[in-house]
Amino acid sequence: MNMQQAIKMTAAETALVDAYTAQIGDLPGDGAVLSLRDTLVHELRTTGLPTRRIESWHYTDLRTLLRAVPAADPSAFAERVEAVVPGSSVLAVRSGQANLKSLPKGVTARSYTESLLDGSAVAGLAVLGSDDAIGRINGGLVRGGLEIEIAEGAELEAPLEIQAVQSHGQAHTRFPVSFGAGSKATVIERHLSTNAEGSFVSSVSDVTLAEGADVIWIILQQQGSADTHLGQIRFDLGKNAKLHLFIINAGGKLVRQEIHGKTSGEGADLTLRGINLLGGESHTDVTFTLGHDVPHTTSTEIIRNVVFDRAKGVFQGKILVAKDAQKTDAKMSCNTLLLSDDADFSSKPELEIFADDVQCGHGATVTDIDHTQLFYMLARGIPEKKARAMLVNAFVAEIVEELEDDEELVEALEGLISAWLEKHA
Amino acid sequence: MLEIKNLHARIAEDGTEIIRGLNLTVKAGEVAAIMGPNGSGKSTLSYVLSGREDYEVTEGDILYNGESILELDASERAAKGIFLAFQYPVEIPGVATMQFLKVAMNEQRKYRGEDELTTPEFMRLVKEAAGDLKIAPEMLRRPLNVGFSGGEKKRAEILQMALLQPKLCVLDETDSGLDIDALKVVADGVNALRSPDRAVVVITHYQRLLDYIVPDTVHVLYKGQVIKSGDKTLAHELEAKGYADLIEAAA
Repeated sequence: MNMQQAIKMTAAETALVDAYTAQIGDLPGDGAVLSLRDTLVHELRTTGLPTRRIESWHYTDLRTLLRAVPAADPSAFAERVEAVVPGSSVLAVRSGQANLKSLPKGVTARSYTESLLDGSAVAGLAVLGSDDAIGRINGGLVRGGLEIEIAEGAELEAPLEIQAVQSHGQAHTRFPVSFGAGSKATVIERHLSTNAEGSFVSSVSDVTLAEGADVIWIILQQQGSADTHLGQIRFDLGKNAKLHLFIINAGGKLVRQEIHGKTSGEGADLTLRGINLLGGESHTDVTFTLGHDVPHTTSTEIIRNVVFDRAKGVFQGKILVAKDAQKTDAKMSCNTLLLSDDADFSSKPELEIFADDVQCGHGATVTDIDHTQLFYMLARGIPEKKARAMLVNAFVAEIVEELEDDEELVEALEGLISAWLEKHA
Repeated sequence: MLEIKNLHARIAEDGTEIIRGLNLTVKAGEVAAIMGPNGSGKSTLSYVLSGREDYEVTEGDILYNGESILELDASERAAKGIFLAFQYPVEIPGVATMQFLKVAMNEQRKYRGEDELTTPEFMRLVKEAAGDLKIAPEMLRRPLNVGFSGGEKKRAEILQMALLQPKLCVLDETDSGLDIDALKVVADGVNALRSPDRAVVVITHYQRLLDYIVPDTVHVLYKGQVIKSGDKTLAHELEAKGYADLIEAAA
């Protein structure tokens, strides 16, 4: 570890580098993986965590916001919890260790630790760019996760719930998941902590959809009010593949959820929906980039934010349409309900279009509760507090109901959202 | 049942006075029609009665069953039995019609210290009332008023009224945007609710609705005051002659 120190490290940066140093010899990986880890941690040490001067981190100055990182504790074990949707197949990763139970037909899985040990994980461990702090931290420290394959043509009857449960300390997980041609599945990627001690979590999912795959992927972030959660999902959509990606942030103190995807086959379609339920003193950032790389691909993005207390939220959405990607159709919107004077939300939609025959648009709104709707409900005898809660709920429920084909899923997500709102409103 | 005394009310935001010394008494069992030209304060009156915060009362009082309601908010007035059928029912995406009905009914019951309805009881009541008003079950599965036609919205208002069983019903231009068949259905719904312990205030621009909901009294509103009261023949007079003569006489 004879490295040049370019910056004066913050407490959090020191803690991350220390976590790596303390685990040398213990972190899984073959020669190539270990060497890459070394490079990633070296970069972290020399460039530090990103600040507002890095464009993609402008609204989330991680170096300032991340004050402390708890030490890694291999015993930070947490019990698995009930699945969100009854009857789901649960694959639990507890404190970064995969626990494989009986798998549904058409699904194969192995511990990601094995992919690290045999070196097959090395290509996926590369960072997406110099500003990929999440990829860097995760690549340096990842211990486990799951590598999952959905067979060609497989249609899963019940959702597959990937549970990452953490009680304290750190967890760094990866989930490479590939969906075979024509497969159909619902996956719930769920992050939660079981107590309020304040853990530090990074997680990267790497999802590929082969031709005609039809996937609903739900990220449910339910960390504790003292936790830091750095999440990333990367996806690649093949020909005629359909991904309905739904992200719900309902927890955490400092949260960054990145979504980086591309459509690489004609006819590919992305539906991105996000619900950010923000309260307390939390800071939550959803950053999205999508490359429409080939002609005739479509995407719609709707982000709905509900902000209480002194919470801060960020949505950055960037859609890039490549020169050859004619007939791209993309629509992005970000709507925010600000429910306190101290609540704050920044929205930055961007379109970069290099093709000349496309339909792309974006819009952003920030509002308070609609007073005409509120009066209508009061005039029917619904007390103001209840009426407000219903309207806030309605604001986000609208996009949950788009999943109407799966009633149990809609019911579960709606229940979770109203429980959060009841606690915070 | 309803006694409005020298009421003055203005738009809270800019202070424009709309109701200027209005007096009106409506007894239990009575159907009172409020007529008047555009801008006379008809809709404002309905909002002031139901407690919309965009308006403030600067003088006078509104007594409901002998008690002033000025200090009660809109939800309390509703729970006490005052119902406003909106001229433009509000669309609320994301709130299912059935859920809305159930919450409204049960919140009113809670306010009055009554037991909440069980789901089967609720379902039975809705099914009955919806059938009477020719409301299809599909409509009730949609979000509240979203994608409803003009007629469907008005029927949904009357459905809410039938389910909530208010004591004082205020119908604000319920006839606007209705074809004759829809008008009959709505009027039948209102007539079914007429009873000796219930009063209905029908606010309307035209005589047409009053052929179907026959009023006991007719009051002409102009510049925020009642300038003439009479029985149902007054409505026919207005239809024939217009408001001009009355306004001249009052000036």
